[in-house]
Amino acid sequence: MYRYDQFDEQLVRERAAQFRGQVERRLSGELKEDHFKPLRLQNGVYLQLHAYMLRVAIPYGQLSSRKMRQLAMIADTYDKGYGHFTTRQNIQYNWVALKNIPDVLDKLADVEMHAIQTSGNCIRNTTSDHLAGANADELEDPRPWCEIIRQWSTIHPEFAFLPRKFKIAVTAAAPDRAAIKVHDIGLLMKPNANGEVGFEVFVGGGLGRTPHVGVSVRDWVSKGELLSYLEAIMRVYNRFGRRDNKFKARIKILVNETGPEEFTRLVEEEFAAQGPKEKVVLPDEEVARIMAYFAPPEFEDLPEVSQAFEREKARNEGFARWARINLRAHRTPGYASVHISLKPQGVAPGDATGEQMRVMADLAEQYGMDDVRVAHEQDIVLPHVKMDDLPAVYAKLVEHRLATANAGLITDLIACPGLDYCNLANARSISVANDIQAEFADADFEEEIGKLHVNISGCINACGHHHVGHIGVLGVDKKGEEFYQITLGGRADEKAAIGDIAGPGLRHEEVRPAFRRVIDKYLEVRNGKSETFIEVLERLGQEPFKEALYASA
Amino acid sequence: MPLLKDGKEITDIWTFVDDEAELSPGGCFTVSLGRFLSEQDMLLARNEDVGVRLGPADDPELLKPVLDRLNLIEVEFPKYTDGRGYSIANLLRRRFGYEGELRAVGEVLRDQLGFMERAGFDQVLMQAADAEAKYAAATSEFTEVYQANADDRATIFERRHGAREQ
Repeated sequence: MYRYDQFDEQLVRERAAQFRGQVERRLSGELKEDHFKPLRLQNGVYLQLHAYMLRVAIPYGQLSSRKMRQLAMIADTYDKGYGHFTTRQNIQYNWVALKNIPDVLDKLADVEMHAIQTSGNCIRNTTSDHLAGANADELEDPRPWCEIIRQWSTIHPEFAFLPRKFKIAVTAAAPDRAAIKVHDIGLLMKPNANGEVGFEVFVGGGLGRTPHVGVSVRDWVSKGELLSYLEAIMRVYNRFGRRDNKFKARIKILVNETGPEEFTRLVEEEFAAQGPKEKVVLPDEEVARIMAYFAPPEFEDLPEVSQAFEREKARNEGFARWARINLRAHRTPGYASVHISLKPQGVAPGDATGEQMRVMADLAEQYGMDDVRVAHEQDIVLPHVKMDDLPAVYAKLVEHRLATANAGLITDLIACPGLDYCNLANARSISVANDIQAEFADADFEEEIGKLHVNISGCINACGHHHVGHIGVLGVDKKGEEFYQITLGGRADEKAAIGDIAGPGLRHEEVRPAFRRVIDKYLEVRNGKSETFIEVLERLGQEPFKEALYASA
Repeated sequence: MPLLKDGKEITDIWTFVDDEAELSPGGCFTVSLGRFLSEQDMLLARNEDVGVRLGPADDPELLKPVLDRLNLIEVEFPKYTDGRGYSIANLLRRRFGYEGELRAVGEVLRDQLGFMERAGFDQVLMQAADAEAKYAAATSEFTEVYQANADDRATIFERRHGAREQ
């Protein structure tokens, strides 16, 4: 994992000091809220329904046990004992007092963390594959490039006041676990004709009011020119992106109003016009320095099959189920990646208590090579665990309500905070999530249904990514009553697609039975268990599911 | 409104003249890009007292042929959250090699001065009192930087491998 050197440390400390001064000027009245707002946003501070919310950056979702323990301490000391892991691999605290935030930023700096650019109209936290460095299917580790992008984008002097927020995601694996095509810029590591690894560049993906799948603007750019190419895109966006209407200000609108060909031409023209002094200099020894931090940990030489693991599976049904559902294959024999679900019944998806964070930190330290990841599905992942240790890990997770066996299944749903916390929301999200979880609470039944992504947003801003859920739910307000629009067929993976709206909105209490009818229909028409929900939807289209959705019981 | 050059308050000898207003003989004037382009020959014949004010949507490349004959370019920030002026300044300084005076006008606030200095603005027309002290504080908040900009500082990427501080 990357470690700060004196330069990173100094910059993060100076940023915290800068914001402390800004908060003091705000509290004294010298700085008006109007002028303070973008400053606080660029330090992760939102004004929410009930209080200030602080969003802390977890670059490309990677934590160590030390960092996780500090997040737990902050939850216990400055919040109400919990934190909320987000779809952008960050963590949010919903109850922090503004006057305490500078202290929290200092505590974060103590463990090489910050909240820089976690909101505001600037380049946000770079996200990536939560299995980076562990999965068998990646070309190479994308994290060094995420870290390079993190540093390049931090307090960028030209791009701190963009038309709108800007999100970059990087992956190096064909199965896209980072949803790169629904980001402002998505980077896919791939070789060119000569076998040299570089990046394919997708631009203009995004959800919100007008969802778009990103378009490929460049088939391949070299590692050495990546940052210069990103600067060309950013400059075209900064100069020509719309600023007259905040809902039309994302780069996806520029790409679509300009047309992808013309947009690409503008970027290429800007890139070609960069003089030698304008190119971003990234010395080879600097790339090597950063890459060295991501060298694989020292894995033991282990047999493919773990006797301890097999014994426990035969003995303990709960363990066997959890192992079937929550483990992912590791590239090294004898190891697995563990999904820790933050979606037990009746909890806001993505929430963890300080105590749970400490447990996960302990497990990472004792069994997980001190590596913890936040997945964009709002779950936690221990990427490197010995199969022999899985029974012990599982036992500890069970004790702390962290062993829900639902990774990738229907109750492992993504939901925004909704009307319960957010001042933008039109409808509740968490209660809908909990209803669906209750309907599919039977573990056998849920496993029978198989792989299915449900995404719930409490308003059109789409923080729950409903457009890319296999089944998406969007809360809307109609004359003071909550209604829920259902979309079908969205996906955020390498076949990224925006779901289609199935029909009129449902009342809150209608969502649960409607989900049940859709799932019953799926079970009825699928060609055996191996055909997943999204595959059936692709084969048969929406019609049978629409019918089921609106058939009154 | 205090005018700062390199952080020190100076007297403003320049006047911006509206597109409809007549130019009086003598004195230093800036005009809009549109007016400058249509009256270029006449304006440039007025010796060394002409400058251009660029709006955020203006294309600075249009000034490329005459940059060495301009003494002042003003870049307007209609709102402090409008970041187009930073790209304009970068283009003028780093791509087109403009070396004359570059002034930020409009909603110029203390907490953006650091960005403006980095983008190559040597002058800022500020709305606040106590401008010199604010400028000094705002432009010394960060010792090192990750990115190159018009101020030509060595980046942290380079500094880690022996580049000298500039």
